[in-house]
Amino acid sequence: MAKLHVSTTINGEPVEFLCEPNDTMLDALRGPVGLTGSKEGCSSGDCGACSITLDDRLVCSCLMLAVEAEGRQVGTIEGMAKGGKLHPLQQTFLELAALQCGICTSGMLVASEALLKKNPEPSEEEVRFWLAGNLCRCTGYDKIVRAVLEAAAEIREQGIRES
Amino acid sequence: MNIVTNNKWIGQRTIRPDGADKVTGRAAFAADTAMPGMIWGKVKRSPHPHARIKSIDTSKAEALPGVMAVVTARDIVNFPVDKSVMLGIQDMRWMCRNVMAREKVLFPGHPVAAVAATSEAIAARACELIEVDYEVLPWSIEIDDALKPDAPILHEFITFEGKPSNIAGRIEVKKGDVAQGFKDAEVIVERSFTTRPVHQGYIEPHACLISVAPDNKTTIWSSSQGQFMVRAMTAHLTGIPQSDIRAIPAEIGGGFGGKTIVYLEPLATLLAKKSGRPVKMVMTREEVMRATGPTSGSKSTVRIGARKDGTIVAAQGTFYLQAGALPGSPIRGAVGCSFSPYDIPNVLSVGYDVLSNRSKVAAYRAPGAPIGAYAVECVMDELAEALKMDPLELRLKNAAKQGTKAAHGPVFPRIGYVETLEAAKAHPHYTAPLGKLQGRGVASGFWFNAGGESSAQVNVTEDGNVVVTTGHPDIGGSRAAIANICAELLGIDYRRVSVLIGDTATIGFSNLTGGSRVLFASAMVVTQSTEKIITTLRERAARIWEIDPEAVKWDNGAAHPASPNAGEFEPLTLAELAAKAPAMGGPIGAGVQLNTEGAEGGFGTHICDVEVDVELGIVRVLRYTAVQDVGRAIHPGYVEGQMQGGVAQGIGWALNEEYIYNRDGKVDNPGFLDYRMPVCSDLPMLDTVMVEVPNPKHPQGVKGVGEVPLVPVMAAVANAVHNALGQRFYSLPMSPPRVLAALDAKE
Repeated sequence: MAKLHVSTTINGEPVEFLCEPNDTMLDALRGPVGLTGSKEGCSSGDCGACSITLDDRLVCSCLMLAVEAEGRQVGTIEGMAKGGKLHPLQQTFLELAALQCGICTSGMLVASEALLKKNPEPSEEEVRFWLAGNLCRCTGYDKIVRAVLEAAAEIREQGIRES
Repeated sequence: MNIVTNNKWIGQRTIRPDGADKVTGRAAFAADTAMPGMIWGKVKRSPHPHARIKSIDTSKAEALPGVMAVVTARDIVNFPVDKSVMLGIQDMRWMCRNVMAREKVLFPGHPVAAVAATSEAIAARACELIEVDYEVLPWSIEIDDALKPDAPILHEFITFEGKPSNIAGRIEVKKGDVAQGFKDAEVIVERSFTTRPVHQGYIEPHACLISVAPDNKTTIWSSSQGQFMVRAMTAHLTGIPQSDIRAIPAEIGGGFGGKTIVYLEPLATLLAKKSGRPVKMVMTREEVMRATGPTSGSKSTVRIGARKDGTIVAAQGTFYLQAGALPGSPIRGAVGCSFSPYDIPNVLSVGYDVLSNRSKVAAYRAPGAPIGAYAVECVMDELAEALKMDPLELRLKNAAKQGTKAAHGPVFPRIGYVETLEAAKAHPHYTAPLGKLQGRGVASGFWFNAGGESSAQVNVTEDGNVVVTTGHPDIGGSRAAIANICAELLGIDYRRVSVLIGDTATIGFSNLTGGSRVLFASAMVVTQSTEKIITTLRERAARIWEIDPEAVKWDNGAAHPASPNAGEFEPLTLAELAAKAPAMGGPIGAGVQLNTEGAEGGFGTHICDVEVDVELGIVRVLRYTAVQDVGRAIHPGYVEGQMQGGVAQGIGWALNEEYIYNRDGKVDNPGFLDYRMPVCSDLPMLDTVMVEVPNPKHPQGVKGVGEVPLVPVMAAVANAVHNALGQRFYSLPMSPPRVLAALDAKE
């Protein structure tokens, strides 16, 4: 059977790729699209290492078919730093040592950015429940939660400065 | 010792050298690369817990269009069972049978063949077409079943007390006269415990990409805890000499001990050799759960005797640990570490390595020690209760210190165990009020720590910056700490130091990332290399100034006259001396290779608060404080991170994680939904107290910090649950169904 053709937008850029009907979006990203920042930890939607946004909604790309990207806006970790400058979440993760091995980090950052877009001032509890779908085995989450809270404060302050 | 005060970079929370790559998705992990002409490998696995392989027919698989190669045990170098061939702590007899079943399949998921094909789907289809004729055999999973007199024997050639047995080994640690010791005791507590096997739980499944040229030159790209381990094991199992194999360490997405052995690399190498194409293999999560790791389940009995004043006079432990289907459970950690925090005159600690039809265990963070500490530290809690003593006071009264002869042999040098107890006692957490159905527990733990072989090369670039190459995969931020040390010694900004992990062709042999050795060992070789460079820099400045090298000091990134007597010269910076290098004898760089010694053991003491939901059976950790003697925190952020990560894994082990087997002898929960590791909303902030008692045998005072923090956790949680409910649990995990059952039984 011939492959399917998909036209989509990834991190603001128009992208076309070919895929099998049963390929996941994660397969497409890591394969034909060549963006390997999204990781495959389980392929069952349990670990969150493949987190992306689809029209600003946080999804596990391993649970989404690649063909569903047709005509949609996809956001991945590769689009987070703009113009060679790290996003405040990325910078804070580095400053607070919120990663050890780094395999969950792409998904954590994408999920955290999606949270802060919905809720710019989350409580610790809100961060913990939002990130409950992103497994990290290295950090015990302590520094991740602190980094998200600190980045949220930093982003709010930037907003005040810019307005 | 070379411990500099007023450090500029040692002790700073610098940005890790690999940081930007890791937060932008650039970092290349094992599954993130491709090669031209690459094809895909898949493993055909046993559906049975125990069966004799009568025949394997691969003809239908080989005939499937797109299939490029098939391998079975016949293609793998055989290591006969009667002759041990050790590689580090691994016996190649068992390794060769673990990567591919030979005479028998020994657990569900045991590889029986591997296929390479032009797509993953074709490789998977080809695996289904391989026909294996099995003679299904009786099996056992649990320790008690494996030790029954009529239990099915996994390996007829393994004997214990003269008979074929599932006990593959016994070790013993002995000090004094334990029988006499118990006679002298006024209070004795003896209890038995069980723990379940738990998986290391790294989020990155095992993966590799391997190319073999027609002349056998082999390139391995894989994530592991040791590229040299990968090279050596692959060489042993394929017959390709080590000099022909270049093993490149990908970024590793978690290991915790589980990536200290190979699973896929020898298979992919043979498939690549047979097919002439690069072969990529990536495990599914289900394969990881069924066929890799975990650590042992256990059964143990611990007895401790004390005088009424709290002086412990005798201790005895018996530990049965599951090895899985091939020998090699971490009994040494359970037997050797359990009683080491205490100065006890009479100790007898015995461990048994028990075979059964489960996947072969792999190392997991302080292998064996958490299992032993769980039993010992719970008994210590009951002993304190019986003696009406505060549990930290009981530990303080009996704490090992400088000069104590540990039960496992060594005499401790200056150690910081007492300091951890005192810091825990003084911590506000220890006296904070508790509410209804809330409880507090404490526990301590010890881990040996390791040194071993390490290599480093430090080069000054032409523009006066520095590149450090070491040989241990960085699993949790070690590159950041190495940058701090090198920058400190050279007196330059840490951002001028790049730290890389070399492959097996570009850096000298370095032992695998394990035993909490990495920073201890790397810091030694990097320090010596950097000191050699500083000597060269001083000599060159002396030649320019035409003075004696002894009259030149290196300070703050530049050569200076050591004193006014040496003359008056403008300082020569690293960049200036680097620029003059071609005219002064050439490139500036130095490498050092050592078998490092002096990695002293580490101690920790933890405080845990829990609340028990008696309606749902859920134990929630409310507050946790981990205190640890860390030697010297070179990068405090990543030391705290090790402590927090160990605690989180221990909480999972204590409260939820376990392999659940069905009636067919297969794991029923081989995924992250049902094998429930702690998620973010399960945990509170994890407080850390770093006690710094520098290791006297290390230039910066470094001690291993990665493994100790898992050791005390399960006992701290269990003691807290007892404190909350007035009821003790002697089995892990204390999961909701078990807690509810125990509460019902009490009523």
